[in-house]
Parts: sequence; C-alpha cells; structure tokens
Amino acid sequence: MSEFEPKIVAFLCNWCSYAGADLAGTSRMKCSPNVVSIRLMCSGGLEPAFILKAFKEGADGVLVCGCNLGDCHYVDGNYKTLRRMALLKKMLAQMGIEDERIRLQWVCASCGDDYVEAVDKMTAEIRKLGPLQLRAQLKN
Amino acid sequence: MVSENKIGVYICHCGHNIAGVVDVEEVADYAKKLGNVAVTRDYMYMCSEQGRNLIKQDIRQLGINKVVVAACSPRLHEQTFQGVLKESGLNPYLLQIANLREQCSWMHEPGPLVTEKAKRLVSGAIKRVSNHVPTVPQEMPVFPATLVIGGGIAGIQAALEIASSRHIVYLVEREPSIGGHMAQFDKTFPTLDCSACILTPKASEVANNPYIRMLTYSEVVDVSGFAGNFTVKIKRKARYVSEGKCIGCGICQEKCPWTTSSEFDAGLGLRKAIYTPFPQAIPNVPVISPEHCAYFLKGKCRACEKFCEPKAIDFEQQDLYIDLQVGFIIVATGFDVLDPSAMTQYGYGRLPNVFTSMEFERLCSPSGPTGGTIKLADGRQPQSMAIIHCVGSRDKNYNAYCSRVCCMHALKYSHLFKEKTKGDVYQIYIDMRCFGKAYEEFYERVQGEGVTFIRGKAAKVNKSDSADDGEKLIVSCEDTLLGSMVNLPVDMVVLCVALEPRKDTDQLAKLLHLGRSRDGFFLERHPKLDPVSTMSEGIFLAGCCQGPKDIPDSVTQASAAAARALAMIAKGKIDVGAVTASVNENICSGCKVCNALCPYGAIFFDESSKVSRINQVLCKGCNVCGSTCPSGAITTQNFSVSQIMAEIEGVLQYERI
Repeated sequence: MSEFEPKIVAFLCNWCSYAGADLAGTSRMKCSPNVVSIRLMCSGGLEPAFILKAFKEGADGVLVCGCNLGDCHYVDGNYKTLRRMALLKKMLAQMGIEDERIRLQWVCASCGDDYVEAVDKMTAEIRKLGPLQLRAQLKN
Repeated sequence: MVSENKIGVYICHCGHNIAGVVDVEEVADYAKKLGNVAVTRDYMYMCSEQGRNLIKQDIRQLGINKVVVAACSPRLHEQTFQGVLKESGLNPYLLQIANLREQCSWMHEPGPLVTEKAKRLVSGAIKRVSNHVPTVPQEMPVFPATLVIGGGIAGIQAALEIASSRHIVYLVEREPSIGGHMAQFDKTFPTLDCSACILTPKASEVANNPYIRMLTYSEVVDVSGFAGNFTVKIKRKARYVSEGKCIGCGICQEKCPWTTSSEFDAGLGLRKAIYTPFPQAIPNVPVISPEHCAYFLKGKCRACEKFCEPKAIDFEQQDLYIDLQVGFIIVATGFDVLDPSAMTQYGYGRLPNVFTSMEFERLCSPSGPTGGTIKLADGRQPQSMAIIHCVGSRDKNYNAYCSRVCCMHALKYSHLFKEKTKGDVYQIYIDMRCFGKAYEEFYERVQGEGVTFIRGKAAKVNKSDSADDGEKLIVSCEDTLLGSMVNLPVDMVVLCVALEPRKDTDQLAKLLHLGRSRDGFFLERHPKLDPVSTMSEGIFLAGCCQGPKDIPDSVTQASAAAARALAMIAKGKIDVGAVTASVNENICSGCKVCNALCPYGAIFFDESSKVSRINQVLCKGCNVCGSTCPSGAITTQNFSVSQIMAEIEGVLQYERI
C-alpha cells in the first residue's frame, strides 16, 4: 500500500479566491497537488450539502475560500459563509468529522500566497490525520 | 436526456506550459473512457484558430453537443471558447473549462500526482457539463441618460464626453461649485500650466452645454433599479439664493458682515456667510451657510437681502428632492486629503509654519489668501522650506499604498518656492517616483535648480531652541545615503499628505452596491483589464475615487467611463447576466428567508401567489439565496445544485474507473 495521499476539495469564490489561486499559478508558487478546486460565484452561495457531498464521495478534507471580510464582491456573502461554517463545523463534529478536515480561509485576488499556504497546511494536517474514517464505519 | 449527451473533450498542451508537467496523452486516454464522451483530442494551442477549428469541426461532423476544454483558467478564455460554440450553432453555456494550467501545471512540481489531479479536473468538468442546459441571457432596453456623481475634473470630463454625443447627462456636485480639487491648485505638474486656465474653460463648457444638467450643492440620497434603468433621488440643498434670479454681481458677499474660515482655501483664508467658494465658481451663484449666517443663528441681519437688486435671496427656501431616471452612473467622487494632526511628530496644528500640501497650493495661488505670495503664519517671507514626502502614504500605520501624485507636486512646490522666494528647498523622500510622461524630465529640471534631495524618512519637526535660528523649525531625519542623522533648520515645512478615500465612501458604496478594495477606494471589476467598471452593472468609476491618480490619468479614466456608458446607450439594449437565480414556485413555501439576504434587493415576495420571486435584472447570481433556501426552491443557472454536485462526484470518483 502506497503512502496515504489526502484528497481535498476546495470551493473557491469566483472573484477573489479563484482569482487568487490563479495568481498563485501565474506567479509559479508551488503547492501540493492534493487539492482540487471547484469554482462557485460566492462563498456565500456554498450550500452546506456540497461539503457533505464531498465527504460522502471520498474527500478527506474540504477547503472553503472567500474574499476577505469587507471585500466580498456580493457586499457581504462571506459574512454569511462565516456564520454558516461555524454551525456546520458543530454538526460535522457530531458526526465524528475532525475539525481539521474543514477549513475556512480568506484569499483575496492578489493573495496567491495565502492560498498556497492554506493548501500545504491542510494537506500536511490531513496526511497526519489519515483517511476519513466515517465512510469505512458507515460501510461496516 | 443524459444519454443524449455527446461530449467533446479538448485538452490543450499550451506549448510546454501544461504538457511539460502534465502527461496530456494519459489524461486524454483517461477522458475517452468516461461516460458520454464521444471524442477526445489534444492539441498544442487550443485557443489558436486551428485549435478552435478542431472543436467546430467535431460539432459539425460528429454532432458534439457539449464541450469540455481543458486548458488555462476560465477567467482567461471561457469567452473565447463560448464564442466557438456560438459560431457553431451551439448554446455557449454548454461548455465547461477544466483549469489545467493556472491551478494545475503551473502550481505543482511535475509528478504522477499532478497528472492525477488533471484527470480529476477533467472528470469533474465532464460530469458537470452533462448537467448544463442552454441559457439565453435576457435583454432589456436602456434609458439613454447618464448620472455623473462628482464635479471634479473627472466628472467634468465624463459629462462633456457624453454630452458631445447629444445624450443627456446629470452632473451632481455636493459643493456649491464644480471644479473639485483641481480648482484649488495653482499650477499643474510637469508643464506648470495654470490650473484655473485649463479647468475653468471646461467648467463653463459644462454650464453652457444644453445636454448637461448641472446640479450643484446637491447629493445623491437614493438609488434604485438596475443597469439601463436606474431611478436616482437627488437632494438639492437649500442655497437660500434663487439660481434663476441671481446675476452673480457679488454685492451680497461684499455686504455680508459675517466671516468664517474658507474651506476652499484649506482653512487659511476667510469667506463670508454668503459665499461662492472662489471667484470663478460655476455656477456663479452664492449659497448661504446657515451655520454661519447671523439671520439663521440670531434671527436678524438680512444685509444680503437688502442689497440684492434682483431679489434673489430667499430665506424661505427648503431642501428639494427630485427623481431622475438614468441608464448609467459614473462615480467620480474624488478623494479626501489626510489630516496629519494625529502624527504629532510633524507638529501640524501645533507649529504654525507646518503646512499640508493643499494649504501650500492655496499659498501659491494668485486667488489664494496671500495673493500668491508664499508667507509664513506671521506674514514674513520664508527663506527655506523642507518638504516631507509620504506623510500617511507607504506607511503601514496609515496607508500602505503610494499616493502617486506627491513626488510630482513636491517637485512642483520646489520649483514654485525657488521661483517666488529664491530660498533653499530640502526634499525628504523615500523614493522619487516620477513615472508619467515628461515627469522624469521635470525631476531633472528641478534637480538642476539647486534643490537638495535627502533620501530618508523625517523623524520629527520641532521648534528650534537656539536663539541664532530665530523662529526656525528643525526637521530631524536620517539621510540613508550618507548613513547619518541630519537636522535641518528651515522656515517652513510642507507635509505631502496622503490621498485617502472620501470619508463617506461607505455610504455611497452601500447606495450603489459597490465593493471597496483593501485601501478603502472603490473596487474596479478587474485591476488590469477592467479598471473602469464595477461589479454593479452599469456603474463606472472615474478618477481618484478608484485610487490616487494624477490629472491625466483621471481624465483618461473619465473618458473611458463615458465611452462605456455610451457604448451601452448606442446598443440600446443590455444583456442581463447568464448566471442568475430563479425560484421554483411549486416548491417555494413562501417563508421569505431569502428576501432579506439578497445584497441587491432582487428578491421580492409576491403577495398574490405567496411565493418569493427574483428580479432577473437585479440578480448577480451569488446564490446566497439558493444556499439558504430550506426548501431547495432556488436554482442559480450555470451554478445549479445538480451541476456542482456532479462536479464534486467527478473530481472525487477518479479511482472508481
């Protein structure tokens, strides 16, 4: 069995985070390839069900990125994300999903370094944590 | 329906950009095996004419009805490839881009995991596009009038540009006169043109243009509607002088016995309680400031009224609210200058001979409080001056950004000081940034005039305690080129204060639903490729409200903003975005949770059918409503739940094949 490679899904808002992640690539900043991004219009438009779906389909972690507070292109969508994530984390904890497996990170359109840092940090943390146990438990 | 999908997958090498890191052939082989994929091709440059023809050919010959392009970021070429579909007779929204370059090959060191990630991205795109449905953006007619907020040089320029095409412009200015900061300047760098001589002709053109309705001493208080069809409420503050009757003779100002400090003269001069900000004001109609007028404060005086021949004074005048209908809005509200009182080390407010840059402009101006003679607070002529750069700019405690104009106006001040007093000038600078056309040449010219440049940051300004120095100020700074501390005895100090966002930027941002960047200025749609529009459709930015700018840049941006508005007026119709949300009325329970969450006020409750509805023109497609709806009744097209869920499956199901 080869070494465990975490599978992480990142939800990026179109205006800041996706642009920030693009910028990281354009600036040739390097990070681990374990994170695959999915573009949304706004982090505030992220349905909690998307995160549950990702865990169900095999993700070991979910990264959610939005504009910096105060910089949301939809005025205040990221405040809505902030509130929603706090609730969701509580629910996930009750399901036995560790806190490290879900991470909220603000990434502005000129902050490629923040994205790269979050990706590497999360990959390292989840590598230490190992695969998500919940799915295996549910199968048994 | 899903079985009818015939997906074409097109993988771009992007020269070596993608193919040098990702095994493109392996990705193509993998994609072939995925469901609904009819054809997979890889090509050196998919965005080239030849690459695009590959897609067109397959659509024509193989009947491909959905397309995945795995190439650079969708932010770069999504429109290009949408065009390919459109030209081939397919709906442009039956396309999905997999970002293999910016967020894959450019972001990782080569290795098998990178190719695996590429496969995941392609698989996600294939799954997602299977759920795409044709989308036709709506079109709405536009109202061919424009509102320009702010009557500084940027607003004036934008108004004139639009009026030259014989379309109506409303120019709203909150001060009694148009002209803005530029009217306060004496000379403009680097040409040393007289500011008034180049500004006032433009301003009077505004006043005389039949297509421009100038609303001075007025403010925007409410905005509703959407691109192409805004309704704007304007508050016309009571002037207490009838614009129709006043002939601008000025006798009222002469006779008014009450004075206060003049805002236009940056507090250095005096004005009357009834006043025009400056003699060349447009319109040349004074206003009474009730907070200074004896009649309003004490109930008697009315001297102005007695002497006014055309009987233009009207103490009964009330604020007036008017509604305007416009299609587009250009925001040109300018900037505020930083008040350096908080930086006690520079002594502004404590030491009378420490001035701000705006005050120095007024000291140099022939229409200023000293008639253009540079004088100290006690009336003496200075023999030496220190100019401190970057006061509140490039300073993490105040503003991280560069204010862009200060190096140049510091050079201008040096020249003017030399010209008027023959005295000594010291410039204390961090870096000289003379980036514009003929700016570097002006820098060289001023260097040749005998100005001393000291590279460093001024630490403090104090009163000299030595009797020999008289009334001098001592500027302490580090000369970083010499590596030593320097104490400069000078007669006066000018602080090049930062250009900051208007204090009430937030209010206007809320009114117009505009974003603000980290520095507090209004946020443009794209910092490089679209610095003129905003995220609010139909609202454009011009001048310093978007960030510090010199006059040429402000004028350029104003012309660009006008061109944008005119392009949409010429088209006559406006496309309403393809990413918008809608409510499924059969599912909506009428709980109204979404109503208050919409940042654009696009959701309203239909009392007759007891369901929420979304105005497609106002909606920007953020899906905040959709993600909140407890019934799952809201779908944002092109970012629907089924599409995102499919993409999640796609990117994670890689091993299962």
